[in-house]
Amino acid sequence: MTMDIDHDATPPDAENEDRRFFLKQSMLFAGLSMAPADFLYAAVAPDDGPVGNAVKVKLSLTVNGKRKRISIDPRMTLLDLLRENLGLTGTKKGCDFGQCGACTVHVDGRRTLSCLTFAVMQHGSKVTTIEGLSDGEKLHPLQEAFIKHDGFQCGYCTPGQVMSGVACIREGHAGSAAEVREYMSGNLCRCGAYPNIVDAILEVKKEGVKV
Amino acid sequence: MKPFQYLRPKTVAEAISMAADYPEAQYMAGGTNLVELMKRGIASPSKLIDINHLPLKKIEHRYDRLRIGALALNSDVAKHKSVLSRQPLLAQALLAGASGQLRNMATVGGNLLQRTRCSYFYDLALPCNKRKPGSGCGAEAGINRTHAIFFAGNGFGGNEKSSCIAVHPSDMCVALTALDTEVVINGTGGERRVLLKDFHRLSTLQPELDTNLQPGELVTAIEVTDNAFAQHSHYLKIRDRASYAFALVSVAAALQMDGGRIWDARMALGGVAHKPWRYWAIDLMLRGQAPSEKLFREVAEHEMQSAKATAQNAFKIKLTSNAIVAALKAATGIS
Repeated sequence: MTMDIDHDATPPDAENEDRRFFLKQSMLFAGLSMAPADFLYAAVAPDDGPVGNAVKVKLSLTVNGKRKRISIDPRMTLLDLLRENLGLTGTKKGCDFGQCGACTVHVDGRRTLSCLTFAVMQHGSKVTTIEGLSDGEKLHPLQEAFIKHDGFQCGYCTPGQVMSGVACIREGHAGSAAEVREYMSGNLCRCGAYPNIVDAILEVKKEGVKV
Repeated sequence: MKPFQYLRPKTVAEAISMAADYPEAQYMAGGTNLVELMKRGIASPSKLIDINHLPLKKIEHRYDRLRIGALALNSDVAKHKSVLSRQPLLAQALLAGASGQLRNMATVGGNLLQRTRCSYFYDLALPCNKRKPGSGCGAEAGINRTHAIFFAGNGFGGNEKSSCIAVHPSDMCVALTALDTEVVINGTGGERRVLLKDFHRLSTLQPELDTNLQPGELVTAIEVTDNAFAQHSHYLKIRDRASYAFALVSVAAALQMDGGRIWDARMALGGVAHKPWRYWAIDLMLRGQAPSEKLFREVAEHEMQSAKATAQNAFKIKLTSNAIVAALKAATGIS
């Protein structure tokens, strides 16, 4: 019925799993009944992703050139997958509702908001994050230009700005300051580094280096 | 977020049969609105039918019409040769909306079906007849600066259990409404077509329904018949910031001119009503006339006679009137 995704059937030992978890929990509660509340909470918090009874889905995608095969809760966004499961914390969570652009990554070469797409929807996709943009220790020309032009202050929006800026140049929308401002309007910077970000993008575009 | 089962059909028939089997299911396309609604608990489908792999991405011109598949991305439509040469108004409206990233994700079908951005709809602690039928309208006596000025019926100030003054947020739909677009819909009963003007609903009854789409139906394409508006069309969007904001007011104007006179005129307004607002009388008022600011001012003020402000949005009546004049001037090239 479905293409090439396997829904894990309910594992035969699910009930045992539940019982084991319950026992573990009860023992923890018994052992830690005098412990401070915060500690207790941390001790029993599930450690393997989101809670709930959603059936896990197998997912295969390429992140920064590496093929990943993962089984995840379908509620997980691409952003959470990158940050929480794959340890790629360069991509930032700003608003988590598609309004700020901090989570911008490239999916199959297109700039995309990773907070507004479920990871399962990217089965088979090629994802590039800020970690995959540089060539080892050698920074991407736009990263160099951001440093040169002081294109950031606190730096939180920067990975999203850089990913969006690279796409903006590749799309051919970096012809003038006005065009850059329009096509970068989906990336907010609360420090207000906008003029420097525009300068950085225009310079890389003008130099004509491959981005 | 409530757990859901993820389904990925390969064909339109398979998708429709899944939706028919599971009434609680929802189709998922680009996700730019639905993922937010699910995160906030406003939508909680038990099955999510990911339609992104259906073969509905094609943009093509055949015979006398431009056909755009429901899964064509907004960014691809906006730069497509046939769109730019035949329906530049559509490209202009698309580029006025959202951001580079969102346009790379949002589909044409999803754009038609996006929900309002009324803040009362998104705030679960407050009443909203659209989100929770019968709970009342928070905006009527609340913060309504961005809300509707055309109500078309007794919804406003009539029955508090069914009133809704939210506006439709799309730019694309405003241009498409002016261009007399047809929506192609597939369901268990086969294919049907509906004009876009009849696709979205006014809020008069059942504001929880944005469209006349029946449960389980899938939008598969839109079609725009060839016209002679390409040389004299203009989309004007007015918003609180220079870019990346929903319209306070927008105007899609499409005119056919010859020998210094207007021979055909279509107009739709955005940000002013529960659906893209078609200005029906404009053709009669402009046909055979030579363009002038005085004429356009009369035309604009004529339509605004039926507008009605809420406590905070009286400015929109004047703003819409001015925007109509400016859009007509831009479309006809007079200064």
